[in-house]
Amino acid sequence: MSAEWTADEMMTVAAARQLRDDTACFVGIGLPSTAANLARATHAPRLVLIYESGCLGAKPDRLPLSIGDGILADTADAVVSVPEVFNYWLQPGNIDVGFLGGAQLDRYGNINTTTIGGDYRDPKVRLPGAGGAPEIAASCREVIVIMRQSPRTFVERVDFVTSFGYGTGSGDRERLGLRGAGPQVVITDLGILRPEPSSRELVLTELHPGATVEQARAATGWQLRVADDLRTGEPPTGSELSVLRALKAATGGNRSASNA
Amino acid sequence: MAEIVSLAEGVAELVNDGDTVALEGFTHLIPFAAGHEIVRQRRRDLELVRMTPDVVYDQLIGMGCARRLVFSWGGNPGVGSLHRFRDAVERGWPTPLEIEEHSHAGMANRYVAGASGLPFAVLRGYTGTDLPRHTPTIKPITCPFTGEVLTAVPALNPDVTIVHAQRADRTGNVQMWGITGVQKEAVLAAKRSLVTVEEIVDSLEPMPTQVVLPTWAVSAVALAPGGSHPSYAQGYSVRDNDFYQAWDAISRDRDTFTTWMREHVLDARRDA
Repeated sequence: MSAEWTADEMMTVAAARQLRDDTACFVGIGLPSTAANLARATHAPRLVLIYESGCLGAKPDRLPLSIGDGILADTADAVVSVPEVFNYWLQPGNIDVGFLGGAQLDRYGNINTTTIGGDYRDPKVRLPGAGGAPEIAASCREVIVIMRQSPRTFVERVDFVTSFGYGTGSGDRERLGLRGAGPQVVITDLGILRPEPSSRELVLTELHPGATVEQARAATGWQLRVADDLRTGEPPTGSELSVLRALKAATGGNRSASNA
Repeated sequence: MAEIVSLAEGVAELVNDGDTVALEGFTHLIPFAAGHEIVRQRRRDLELVRMTPDVVYDQLIGMGCARRLVFSWGGNPGVGSLHRFRDAVERGWPTPLEIEEHSHAGMANRYVAGASGLPFAVLRGYTGTDLPRHTPTIKPITCPFTGEVLTAVPALNPDVTIVHAQRADRTGNVQMWGITGVQKEAVLAAKRSLVTVEEIVDSLEPMPTQVVLPTWAVSAVALAPGGSHPSYAQGYSVRDNDFYQAWDAISRDRDTFTTWMREHVLDARRDA
């Protein structure tokens, strides 16, 4: 990795670039929120940020530290109840992009934020659970996932399906009647994975500058396949980096972001 | 009509051992002072209901007040794990904790059904996830008009719901604003309700985004200024993010946690 930016900064910038102006994005706190706010402060000024606390069209000038940070309500176009966010805005398919993190992801884009190891009633590790994610993953027109890549987090099969990606492969979403298209892109600290159209298996389609296929394979718990047209992404621009760092500085330091 | 009471009286009258209790407030307006009073009055065997257990339920669980938790996201927001919740689930300390786990959409709809006087709510939710295999209160239901298979979740009707609000007037009408989450539904769904407030005023001046709970929809109102700390009350306080960070270290170890609770909750009588 270059000394000029960190792997986390590259991941956040790559995720922000996926968001288009004039779309509505359902944002989870942590890495997704950082990337969405970076997009709004750079190439997508009219990106509509929707937080599950009921803030529609929030325009924070620093990174919110929680999903219910006061700055989200102060700057929102509308503040609505939690039932309304889920029932009127998310469920009918009014939101373009769902932006999720997770603790485990598998080769078909299913996400686990519930338990790891053991069984459900007696888990080795108890994670926070679902929050808004299952319905975000089901009902947004598309889903973007952002997660640091390691053999422990990118696994053959998640221990618990908290948020449905493509199940066991092609056709599962359609069979279940899920309306959204599912995870279209997974951004990691090493590169970008996308579902292969025929099988829905996640394959490596892009590397961040400085990252290698060998690193990506070593950081994946399944036999990671590489797209024929694998490309290398653009490094962060000076302005992307300065805006990202200013957002973080205004927040008062780097906070950990382990929640979904 | 809501009775104006002290916080200690309100909890003593409205919260019984074994009750199903909901303390709501979505990051904002979390009723911490009321939670602490429940700990001081040593309530036991509670079924705690809350979308995001947060630090307030981490404290109640760690102090042995709960036998069961109904929830949808059990983390320390912006920080990481709730260590007392995890210790109870993973190792049964101080007592085993039974869990009933939902998604936010499911929990919100369960309160809506409860407030609406309906036995269940219908949503497009949980599809394809492992939650229905482990949570018996998630069932498929077929739409009688279209044949579409949807998801049903039963109403939540807590014995008592407790929320924190910015203001009440002297007759007990309650006003809150900013992020108001699912509090209106949680209060209306409950058999009894207690609202703690930052201040009691002569008349309620309208505020943008306000939710008003009329006095006849609330059992009791108690004055508890700063009663949502380390959460916040918009217009009165800001969220104490440093405390949420500090809680990670305080709660990680059983002894450190117990000592902190003794010093800051059990031995700290609240005058209200």
